Amino acid sequence: MTAPDNRRYTKTHEWVQLDGDVATLGITDVAQNELGDITYLELPDAGDSVSAGEPFGVVESVKAASDIYSPIDGEVVERNDSAVDAPELINQSPYDKAWLLKVKVNDPEQVEALMSPSDYDAFAEQEAH
Amino acid sequence: MTTDATGEGRKTALYDRHVAAGARMIPFAGWIMPVQYEGILAEHRTVRNGVGLFDLGHMGQVDVTGPDALGWLQYATTNDASKLEPGQAVYSLIPNETGGVIDDIIIYRRPDPDAGYMIVVNAANTARDVAWFHRVREQRPDLDVTIKDISAELGMVAIQGPDAEKIAQRLTDTDLATIDYFTWTAGEVAGVPAMIARTGYTGEDGFEFYTANDQIGTVWGQLIEQGAPEGIRPIGLGARDTLRLEARMPLYGNELGEEISPYEAGLGWAVSLDKGEFVGREPMASVKEQGTPRRTVGFKLTGRGGAPRTHYPVEAEGREVGLVTSGCFSPTLEENIGLALIDRSAAGVGKPLSIIIRGKPVAAVQVKTPFYKKKTHPEASHHTN
Repeated sequence: MTAPDNRRYTKTHEWVQLDGDVATLGITDVAQNELGDITYLELPDAGDSVSAGEPFGVVESVKAASDIYSPIDGEVVERNDSAVDAPELINQSPYDKAWLLKVKVNDPEQVEALMSPSDYDAFAEQEAH
Repeated sequence: MTTDATGEGRKTALYDRHVAAGARMIPFAGWIMPVQYEGILAEHRTVRNGVGLFDLGHMGQVDVTGPDALGWLQYATTNDASKLEPGQAVYSLIPNETGGVIDDIIIYRRPDPDAGYMIVVNAANTARDVAWFHRVREQRPDLDVTIKDISAELGMVAIQGPDAEKIAQRLTDTDLATIDYFTWTAGEVAGVPAMIARTGYTGEDGFEFYTANDQIGTVWGQLIEQGAPEGIRPIGLGARDTLRLEARMPLYGNELGEEISPYEAGLGWAVSLDKGEFVGREPMASVKEQGTPRRTVGFKLTGRGGAPRTHYPVEAEGREVGLVTSGCFSPTLEENIGLALIDRSAAGVGKPLSIIIRGKPVAAVQVKTPFYKKKTHPEASHHTN
């Protein structure tokens, strides 16, 4: 699956979609595929702050636990509890139903600085080899 | 998505078949092995509910022959091999001199009473085990024994699951119902000369086949083809680990090691102190007499916080009492389960523990093991067939 157009990407395989000053965060299809069957998801609460380059949550598959990194600074306004309750949703719908957080961003330009979809696809392709 | 292995490693005779089947290949114990095909959860459930096929070409096999083969086995391993009739097998341990464990093994006595024994060892330990065996042989020049690493000559696959016997029977004239658990016999599988053993590492009924390495592909291909109606699937190392943990089968390096007594690992039943002298007997006897300071216990998480994993700290009453040796999300129970090596004082079914996951204590309770037991006993199924 190629990365959807209307968002930006990180080297740690998160995606960000900006709407005004609210960013929706998730992990990419490459990430969910690499993890395998996802069995656990831990996310911060609304009101918590997240920082660019810092882990904000944990995703676990049968084999391993991985941090999820925030690409931006901001404050959590909403988290996706349906993904927390049914983490396999991330395997099924990483770009849509299994969004993870909505974050009020301090500086929308942080999003613009991230990788474009085509850059991310090239990066992921290169990393796989 | 197929991921090619990035690391160097040896390939089993089935490597190309794994890649063609879409396996994710990973470096493991010096080999490049499939960790999963369609996914660990699905593969795990395939073995519990139907039938799965495992490539075990990475595992090691050692031939032990000569007039004193039994005497040497009695000295170099912990269980009592003198009880083995031709064609029988036993789980055993390779002890070190301080009462720890170098590897866990299965000793098969060959069906021909004069043909000696074959030991199956863990892939990661094969070279070390063989070197150790030669050392132990040199310590006992009085014993006339020949030890030969035959790993490279042999291919090995396992068919495991409730439908294993039915499918395997289509490929052989040997009456599989006559092969009891932990016995083996010589026969043909898919027209290939094979040793057929009713053993495994999943907690399900099933067989392990040993053939010449260059013929194992025929056996694998025929099993995949003949098992298609029952939905046979290849199974990777990921599900192999969750399957064995549910069945509370130990993994060397996790539950077992050079610094862990078999009694601490809950494997005292594989040590025969009264069979005569063997490597590490004195320290093992003294541990048994004094009682082990630590015990291996099973637990399940009652709190939320992720899965328990190897080396996570374990606390009881606010004090660290040990470490998790193995843990996972159990696909069968749909709970987080694990084994931990903890202070004896904290051990006991029903007693609480805290597993420290990413710095946070998560509530757990000690439970009886195995976590999972198959519904039908293989012996029972013989009588109903």
